[in-house]
Formats: sequence, structure tokens, C-alpha cells
Amino acid sequence: MRNATLRKVPTEQPAMMDSIVEVRGISKSYGNVEALRSIDLDFPRGKLTSLLGPSGCGKTTLLKIIAGLIEPDGGKVSVNGREVSKPGPERAFVFQDFALLPWATVLRNVAFGLELRGRPVAEREKVARHYIAEVGLSGFEDKYPHELSGGMRQRVGLARALSVDADVLLLDEPFSAVDEQNRRKFQEDLIRLRTNQNKTFIFVTHSIEEAVYISDRIVLLSPRPGRVSQIIEPEIDRSVDPDRIHRDKHYLDTVEEIWQGLKQYVD
Amino acid sequence: MNLFGYRVPMMASLLVWCVIWEIVGRLDLMLMLPPFTEVLQAAVGLVQTASWQSATVTTLRAFVMGMALSIVVGVPLGILMGRVKLADELLGMWVSIFSSAPLSALVPVLMILFGFGEKTIVAAVFLFAIWIIVLDTRAGVRHISPSLLEMARSYGASKWALYRIILWAALPEILAGIRLGLIRGVKGVVIGQLLVAIVGYGALFETFSRNFRMADFWALTIILFAFALLIAELIERLEAKVEFYAGARQ
Amino acid sequence: MASVRTEGEALGLATIGRGEARSWENNPTLLRLVSVILFAGIWQIAGMIPVSFAFPTFFETVTALVSMIADGSLPKAYLSTLQPLLLGVILSAFLGVGIGTLCGLWRPGEWLMIPIFIVLQAAPVAAFIPMVTFIYGIGMTAKTLAVMILALPVIVLNTYKAVRNVNVSLIAMCKSFLGTRWQIVSKIILPDASPVIFAGLRLGVAAGFVGVVLAELLITPTGIGDLITYHRSRANYAEMYATIASIIALSTLTLVALQWVESRVFRPEKRGA
Repeated sequence: MRNATLRKVPTEQPAMMDSIVEVRGISKSYGNVEALRSIDLDFPRGKLTSLLGPSGCGKTTLLKIIAGLIEPDGGKVSVNGREVSKPGPERAFVFQDFALLPWATVLRNVAFGLELRGRPVAEREKVARHYIAEVGLSGFEDKYPHELSGGMRQRVGLARALSVDADVLLLDEPFSAVDEQNRRKFQEDLIRLRTNQNKTFIFVTHSIEEAVYISDRIVLLSPRPGRVSQIIEPEIDRSVDPDRIHRDKHYLDTVEEIWQGLKQYVD
Repeated sequence: MNLFGYRVPMMASLLVWCVIWEIVGRLDLMLMLPPFTEVLQAAVGLVQTASWQSATVTTLRAFVMGMALSIVVGVPLGILMGRVKLADELLGMWVSIFSSAPLSALVPVLMILFGFGEKTIVAAVFLFAIWIIVLDTRAGVRHISPSLLEMARSYGASKWALYRIILWAALPEILAGIRLGLIRGVKGVVIGQLLVAIVGYGALFETFSRNFRMADFWALTIILFAFALLIAELIERLEAKVEFYAGARQ
Repeated sequence: MASVRTEGEALGLATIGRGEARSWENNPTLLRLVSVILFAGIWQIAGMIPVSFAFPTFFETVTALVSMIADGSLPKAYLSTLQPLLLGVILSAFLGVGIGTLCGLWRPGEWLMIPIFIVLQAAPVAAFIPMVTFIYGIGMTAKTLAVMILALPVIVLNTYKAVRNVNVSLIAMCKSFLGTRWQIVSKIILPDASPVIFAGLRLGVAAGFVGVVLAELLITPTGIGDLITYHRSRANYAEMYATIASIIALSTLTLVALQWVESRVFRPEKRGA
């Protein structure tokens, strides 16, 4: 096994890199609560970047601003070099509470993004079936969401996001409503998917282990007001048996170091 | 809604409607709709008349008696249905039938059973109000967490104490049932009086409409509506008071 | 006062049906039968005592019912009662769902309209029925309007609440997948709101029955109401009771049928997602 090294990147960016999403000077307040204060971030193409931090650090708010679902008070977001303020075809969102249509089958749910774009039924169902297989749900096409477990529902949410063929996938704590065993399996699948799909992932989580396990790059946010406190690139070889990663010393060291950094924010 | 940066309460739009009413009345656009101000004047005049005062006393007395009866019968019946399966099975069907049936059709029966008087109105109020009280009480008793009752038993609560706990635990639903029962009771008193037509407000409505005293008719309607809303509002206040622990139960 | 709560929501119709079904798991048909027989038995005994000179026995009432069906007087009365009822309910359904949806989607509409319907829902609008007769006479129009006065508020309020409380997460989802405003309404809001809207329609039908019976008792000497009044004046108490029982039974059967449709059509989402 290759040695994993922990590389710290200065928060003042950008180094020369190909970034697909650029966030500049984003701020957002809710009433008197300052959720985000002048955030500058770059998200490298083809990588999985996690936004990690304790609750109240504004990580979901930031993700939804990138998605165009929340309007920032100031600053701008660019995707592929173009400034965006609304949802667009180059971004797809995976929701914490799945956001599946309860009255629609798995097939229709997965095809829903394409349905909204007015694609013909045959085409969108073909695409949907492909991605249903990709997330491991073949055979469940005609089930309704209430017939599925939490983990399976989130796979539907992921397949829906994949099927619109966006460059950037935005995942808002996708595993928080999934039980522990399913979460582990799902994380492994996500690592596999990322290698296959060649997409950029932006991933919000409050779990340090999860972030270190799956991310190429971790953005640590500090709360009240939400600011970027550190950027970490855990260089962990993920081609090995996933169970070995969890016991890898560098994995454990990274988790510990991040915890030491975050501890001060926990009351 | 926000208007010029100020939050305008929703019910304020009723004032807009009053203005529209006034305009429509002044322009004589609709048959039998006098201007709102005229109706208000009529209302002021109306409350000073002896006939209104005695009609109000009669109506209120029938309403209070009918409501008291339906609460006194309805709440224990609801608790019984919530606790005893057999009672629930035998009565449940009829309670839910009567809670949504066109009870106005039964008022003529009440008239021949109880005569053309106050007793019929009391019975109508009772008949309109009781079913929703039973249903909500039953639902409230059903929703009590079993661990609460087990706790009571494990601390050696007597049967009497146990039922007191049940009553308190189901109180939010019981109050919701009573609020809906009151609203239905008001409808019952009005429908009863309209059909009997010689008692209380029913007699007044009859007189006003027979003699085309439209301002008086509308004034009486407004007073009645205000009374209905006032009752609903009062009970809602009471409900809000018990809600702080109702929320904690879940 | 601003809180909008309709009667249907308050644990009434919508939940009791399902609660019943569960508690009668052991042998629902038998217990229902026992319950009906018990009811008929008590009625029979009370009639035989008799509790009042105007209280026929159960069998007298059933006999009267059969003879009224046979001589055609009951079917004829229903023909004239059900027409305005159906018309009024259909008009209220379209108008009510339309207004309710509009108020749920459009704030100024909500501000202007909803308080009116809250007042109409809580107030004894039956008082308007004599007024309606004055304006529109004693024909079909007056009866239809009486149905609408009672049915419309509950339909509007249920629709409004359903549209207003639509799952915000689904709307965010639709937006993020580039749904247009119209797609959000047609593909998210209306399907998500449809079970509550339908429950409102069911309550509207129940209110419509009240309205039409009341109108016929109060004002228009036709249909079921007239039949009740006529037999009362002739002291044919068995016939009178039979007519009343038939209208209550009809309304109950209609509501049960609607509830059955409801649980069929909206089955997948009733279990939640």
C-alpha cells in the first residue's frame, strides 16, 4: 500500500488548477445570524470535495447557493467560467431527505429530471434504467418510494441526479437519513461511481470519518459566522480494499487531526 | 401579507370586504343588500330592542344547555370508546355516520318528539355537537402513550386516578373536539331555530325577512357570525394554553 | 384567529375510517352486523313501548320505506333533490379547488379571500338560505346555491391548506432540476395536494347534503324535504322516519364510496414516503 500523506493547502487560493466551480466572496445572513462570511473557494474538476463542519457553519447553505436554490446576499458563483444565479443543467442536486415523488415509481422518479426537460418517454426511461442499474437498483423500477429502505431511496435520488448528465453533483448530507450499515456500503459505491463517472462531486457532511474516507479534498468550515478555516487533501489510495482504509494509519491520523481542529467549536 | 413593508394581518382584509359591501350597498347593485353602515346602525338599534334581548337569552340558554349536555355525555362516551374495545366496535360506526350525516333532516323528528319549543333547540344543539366531541375524545384517548399508563399503574394509581390521568393526557384533543363541537352547536342552534321558526333568533329572522327589513336581517346575521367566531377564538386561546405540554408529549 | 383549521382535519372523517378498520380486524363484518342489529333492536323496542306517539317501530319504518319506493313517491322526490345537489357539488368542486389553489399560490389572493372563507366555515351560514330563496325563488337555482353556500368554504379551505403546505423539499427538487413555474404547479404541487383536496371534496359533499335538505325543509316544497314535511303534517310518522333514514343512509353510502375511491386512487402516497 502506498503511503498516504496529508497535504495542507493554504486557504488563500488559487493554486494553478482546473476548477469547475468558483465561489467568490459569498455571504449570507438570516436575520441577525451571519451564516456565511465572504467565502472564496475553488472546486477542482473531476474531484470529490467535501464541505465539513459542525452544525450551524453554513455548509448546506453554501451548497444550496452553489446549486442556485438560495440567493446569496453578496458574491458570485461561476460554473465552467460562467456566472450562475439559478439552477442549471450543469449541476444536479441530491437531497438530504431524498425528495422523491411519493406518487411516482422509481423509474419515473429517476427520469423526473429528464421529464422536466421535455425529453420523450422512451428516451428518458432508457437513460433512467441505465442509471438505476448503475446504482444497483435493477428490479426495483416499478416500486414506490415507500416500499424502499432509506438507503435505497437515496440511491434513487443519486440515480436521478446522474441521469440528467450534469458535470457537477451536489450532495447535501446524502447519508444522514440512512442507517449505518447501508451508509458504509453506499460510501463504497460512491467511491466506485466517482471513478467511473468522471464527474465533480461537492459533498456536504458533518461526519469527519465520512469526509476523510471519500474525499479528495476537504474544506473545513468554522461556525458563526461560517468561514473557511482549513483545506485538507487526504491522499489516501482508494483502490485497495475499502475495509483496509478504515484501519489505515494515515486515515486515522487525518480523522484525529481534523477532530482536534474542530473540537473547539463543539459546545 | 406585506404592504409597503408593514405586515398586514390576514383578517384585516375583512375590512376591505366591508368597504366593498358599503359600495355595493350604496350603488344598489345587489338585491337585498343595504350598505354596511346602515347594517351597523341597524345592529346598534337592534341590540336595544326587547325582542332581540329576549331572543338572545333564549338562544344562549338553549345553546349553553345543549353544549353542556353534549360535553357531559360526549366526553365520557369518547373515553369509553377509546378504552373499551367492544364499546368502540358497537358504537364507532354510528358515531361516524352521525358526525357527517345531514342532521338537519332529523330536526323535524326532534320537533315532533320535543314540541315546538326550547327543548327541540337544546336537542338540536346536542345532536349537532356531540359526535365530533366523541370522535376527538376517542382519538385523544387512543393517542395516549401506553408507557404513561404503565407508569401510572406501576406507581399504584387507583382506577379513579388513572382516569384522571387519561382525561388530562387527552385534554388537547378533547378541547379540539369541544371547539369543533361549539362551532357545530352554533349551526345546530341556528338551523333548529330556523326550522322551528317561532323561537329566539329563528323567529326574528322570520319576522325580518317576511317584512323585508333587510338591514335588521343582516345585522342579526353579523351578530350571529361574530358570536360564532368569538366562541371559536376563545376556545382556541384555551387550546393554545394546553398545547405547550401537548407538544412535549410527542 | 388566523390559523386555518377545518373540521375534516380535526380527526373527523379522514382518520376514523382507518382507525375503525384496524380495530375491527378480528371480525369486522360480524361486529358491524351485530351493531346494526342492536341499533334496529333498540329502535324496535323503543317504538313498541312506545317512547312517544310519534315514534314508529323499526319494522313499521322499513315497511313504509318499501311502500314509498314501490309507489314511486320516494324515487320521484330523490330525482328532484339530487339534481341541485349534484350540480351544486360539481360547481363547488371546480370553483372551490380553483379558488383554493389560487389562494395557496398567490399571496394577495390568500390575504383577500381566505378570511372570508374562514368566517363562512365557522359561522352558521344556514341563516342565508331564507335570503337565497327571497332572491332566487324556490326553484333549482335556490337549492343549488344553498348547496354551494355550505359546500364551498370547506372545499376552498382544504384545497388552500393542501397547496400551502406542500412539501417544500419537493419544490426545491423540482427547481434544481430546472422545473418551470408551471411544472412546479402541475407536477409537484397539485399531485402532492390531491389527497387533502379530495378529502375536502368529500367534506363538501357531506355539507352539500345538509344544504339541500335544509333548503327543502325551509323553503322549497319539493323533493325529500317536502316529503318529510308532508308526512309530518299528515302524521304518517313511519313514512317520515323512513324518508329521513333514507337520506342519512344515502349520504353515508356516498361518503363511504368516496372514501373508498380516495383510498384506492391515493393509495401509494397514503403510506407516506
